[in-house]
Amino acid sequence: MAQFTLPKNSKIYQGKTFSATVDAKNKKTFRVYRWEPENNDNPRMDSYEIDLDDCGPMVLDALIYIKNEIDSTLTFRRSCREGICGSCAMNIGGINTLACTKVISDIRGDINIYPLPHMSVVKDLVPDMTHFYAQYAAIKPWMQTQTPPPPDRERLQSKEDRAKIDGLYECILCACCSTSCPSYWWNSDRYLGPAILLQAYRWIIDSRDENTGERLDELEDPFRLYRCHTIMNCTNTCPKGLNPAKAIAEIKKLLVSRTI
Amino acid sequence: MKLRTPLSKVYGLGSAKEGVRHWWAQRLTAIALVPLCLWFVFELLTMTAMDYLAVTAWMQSPVITVLLILLIFSLFYHAQLGVQVVIEDYVGCKVIRVTSLILLKFTMLFAGMIAAIAVLKVFLGL
Repeated sequence: MAQFTLPKNSKIYQGKTFSATVDAKNKKTFRVYRWEPENNDNPRMDSYEIDLDDCGPMVLDALIYIKNEIDSTLTFRRSCREGICGSCAMNIGGINTLACTKVISDIRGDINIYPLPHMSVVKDLVPDMTHFYAQYAAIKPWMQTQTPPPPDRERLQSKEDRAKIDGLYECILCACCSTSCPSYWWNSDRYLGPAILLQAYRWIIDSRDENTGERLDELEDPFRLYRCHTIMNCTNTCPKGLNPAKAIAEIKKLLVSRTI
Repeated sequence: MKLRTPLSKVYGLGSAKEGVRHWWAQRLTAIALVPLCLWFVFELLTMTAMDYLAVTAWMQSPVITVLLILLIFSLFYHAQLGVQVVIEDYVGCKVIRVTSLILLKFTMLFAGMIAAIAVLKVFLGL
């Protein structure tokens, strides 16, 4: 049966508290999930009080401020700081999003920061993405063709066909959607999840790809695809404003349309 | 210890190449159930003052019997498909999953057939 209570070593305890300096005027508290793989301690929530006048506007700015100025042991992934690499995906204020594009002033009260839900944690805010990336590799995310490309030019695509991959190609594989999906929480060993299915649809609908049928064959599975029950958490949470639920619905429509 | 590569874990036993028919049947039975249920509830409401003989006389019309059997078939088929999804979602243990799926199918078939035969019994005046 599904496990509804946390195992003993997953219980989160109150950790250390770091207060801001006395003369700080614009104070905000960040409660951050901490877990060390080296010892046997349970995870803990550390509280960091920050003077926002000293710090940039985004949650990622606050995390970098904490790491630079308060506690250098805090571990998180970040790279582009402008919402294009997907490294800093985490659960902020109860919603999966990118720390670099989440404005601190949009969140009232203390800001709780956890790693992406239901993923194995490597350390602090860093989840283990191995399985997610393997799922991405499994859908063969590259153009597959039989016809060789024209010798003197690229493969052509009409403007209308190009427009079909708008809203799909922008996906940065941050995994916010997949890790917000209850179906992915319970069955991620077999269910591909919204991010990977959106990527699969991106290649299914690409007019230049010639393996559409084989791609659909690979997805037609009660677990790989049909664990999606249109819960729509994916679309709600996507920091890029994309609609994975619609992409999955389109795949289901294509599968039906080739039988009737 | 599991030394399989992440990709081989994802591929698993491969695609079942199945699921479209389940999905399509679930939607078709849902569409059929909308008018059938509305009709049935409407009939039940107009039936409040009728006695046993009047109701059985109403049920003996072939159209009514066919509609009732269609309602029973759609209802139990749709219920079976729906509960199957719930079991697949939440039951991780393979033994419990397979057992409950088999039990579910048998129960729904049994209950649905009892309901259908009861309607037929009235239709034939037995």
